[in-house]
Amino acid sequence: MPRWGMVIDLDRCSGCRACVVACKQENNVAPSTQEQAESSRMISWINVITVVEGDYPDTKLRLLPMLCQQCQNPPCVRVCPVGATQKSSQGIVGQIYPRCIGCRYCASACPYQVKYFNWFKPSWPRDFEHSLNPDVSVRPKGVIEKCTFCVQRLQRARDEAAFEGRKVRSEGEYIPACVESCPAKAMYFGDLDDRTTEVAHLARDSRAFRVMDELGTAPNVIYLKEST
Amino acid sequence: MLKTGPGYWLLIFVLASTVAWGIYAYVTQFRLGLGVTGLNRPVYWGFYITNFVFFVGISHAGTLISAILRLCQAEWRRPITRMAEAITVLVLFFGAGNILLDLGRPDRVLYMFIYGHLTSPLMWDCISITIYLCGSTTYLYVAMIPDLALLRDRITDWRQPIYRVLALGWHGSHEQEQRLQTAIAILAIAVIPIAVSVHTVVSWVFAMTIQPMWHSSIFGPYFVVGAIYSGIAALLLTMILLRKIYHLEDYLKEIHFEYLGELLLAMTLLWFYFTFAEYLTAFYGHEPVEMRIFWAKVSGPYAPFFWTMVATDFVIPLAILCNRVTRKIPGIAVASVSVCIGMWLERFTIVVPTLVNPRLPWARGSYTPSWVEVSLFAAFIAGFILLYAIFVKLFPIISIWEVREGREQGVAEVTERLRGYLPGESGLDQPAKAGS
Repeated sequence: MPRWGMVIDLDRCSGCRACVVACKQENNVAPSTQEQAESSRMISWINVITVVEGDYPDTKLRLLPMLCQQCQNPPCVRVCPVGATQKSSQGIVGQIYPRCIGCRYCASACPYQVKYFNWFKPSWPRDFEHSLNPDVSVRPKGVIEKCTFCVQRLQRARDEAAFEGRKVRSEGEYIPACVESCPAKAMYFGDLDDRTTEVAHLARDSRAFRVMDELGTAPNVIYLKEST
Repeated sequence: MLKTGPGYWLLIFVLASTVAWGIYAYVTQFRLGLGVTGLNRPVYWGFYITNFVFFVGISHAGTLISAILRLCQAEWRRPITRMAEAITVLVLFFGAGNILLDLGRPDRVLYMFIYGHLTSPLMWDCISITIYLCGSTTYLYVAMIPDLALLRDRITDWRQPIYRVLALGWHGSHEQEQRLQTAIAILAIAVIPIAVSVHTVVSWVFAMTIQPMWHSSIFGPYFVVGAIYSGIAALLLTMILLRKIYHLEDYLKEIHFEYLGELLLAMTLLWFYFTFAEYLTAFYGHEPVEMRIFWAKVSGPYAPFFWTMVATDFVIPLAILCNRVTRKIPGIAVASVSVCIGMWLERFTIVVPTLVNPRLPWARGSYTPSWVEVSLFAAFIAGFILLYAIFVKLFPIISIWEVREGREQGVAEVTERLRGYLPGESGLDQPAKAGS
């Protein structure tokens, strides 16, 4: 059983946010409006957080692409009263939109703040609806959504593999949109339990760390800290 | 109950208008989505959850007075039990109603029952409050049966059929009396752990997460103490208002306010103890994540709320209730209002500052309630008072049969009991002469 995980090399991330755009396009997340930004309601399943450290001229800009950490011990799953967020056997924390009652308990409990709520019915600019991905549902108002490691791509990979009578390859066949789009090749994705994959190798690198590891959430998203 | 003056109709009109405005506010929210509130990322919970905890807290009024005082055989509870139990039942609807307001998909609320996951503290909440609601409604109803029978026999207007059905054929026979007393005794004992569990479980919605300043083991007892505190204050306020409006001076005497005022004082001190313990512990631990929230409350943007809470929840009630001079009805009225405001602020300062200051050092939020949330808050208070006012018109707000029981049996029972405490067979023997 593969355990899907991601490694993000912070030495390579340039903050271009191609991953943010690719994710929104792939997963039918509407472009954020100014009003949403001002009222702190933007939805970006992946977002690049920028932190400025130090004072001029010794400032350092740190970039951290933050997405659902797909925890092995997810605080959100524990608190959902109706089971709308559940952990799959392959390590992906799923979000079931028709089940969600919109209580936002999971969003309050997530220490990474990566659960997003549809405060209104999502709306796209005119003609944008032609570019919606048919493999991903469009969410109604009042439900929570979050990064699913592009699970629709996993389903497609599974279908193709089943057609060919084999299992999904542990690396390279199933790639989320963000990983695919990264121009700096900062993101790696694959089966963390298959030691032959590059992602599993990097996950054990000396630079590897997990955000807020001390909380015991055991994320499947691993970062490689900057070497400077 | 027999006459209705113009003042009543004016009150009903004002309350109903507020409720109507609230319905308009909710329809707006239902149509457009929760975006019409001031909630955002990361402040996912605000007024609705605060009010939920607040209203459920006030529901502890009835339990304390009715059940605990009944079990302690405190005779002075008799004129108070009905109005206290009515508070509990009615306010619970509004407490649970706030959850419905808060849901993004209220049309799916039944999923909590169909697909409920017992790992979620919100599920425990749902179960606990449902049991409490059923239990306290049953308790209120059963304790009303003899009075309903009295009304059935005395009142002959449009209300009589209602009383006849509800009175369940009560005719005061000895056998029925026995059954009633047994039922009330069982319910009184059962409802106390249920009530304690309700507010404990409400607190665990927060405490069972790992969010800073929420994840504290003191929350369980802290919330129960706070609930009883706000419950007694709300009850005192109700008693004072009803006494004034319906001229119940003969039933609600100074002594009742004296005793409940002393209870309120005890709760003031207990509340302060828990609050002090909570904040001192957080401060001494000095965890950076917690300290950000601590300072936000003590000197930061939430300082006005925090310090007003301390003033209204501790300083003012303590000053008024600690001495016999001010612990009279006017003073108690001020103290009760102060406590109600303070307890709402306490709920608010627990819910919002933690959400505004999440763990990630780069995420910070803010929260301003919108007109929808404020309107619904006002509408819920108005709705509660409205239903209570209707209750007062339909059912006797003082338990007639219990007061009568007090007169006919209580006095004798208490005298007998007192005799039992004193030395000698009947307690009336003279003390033995020394040296004889």
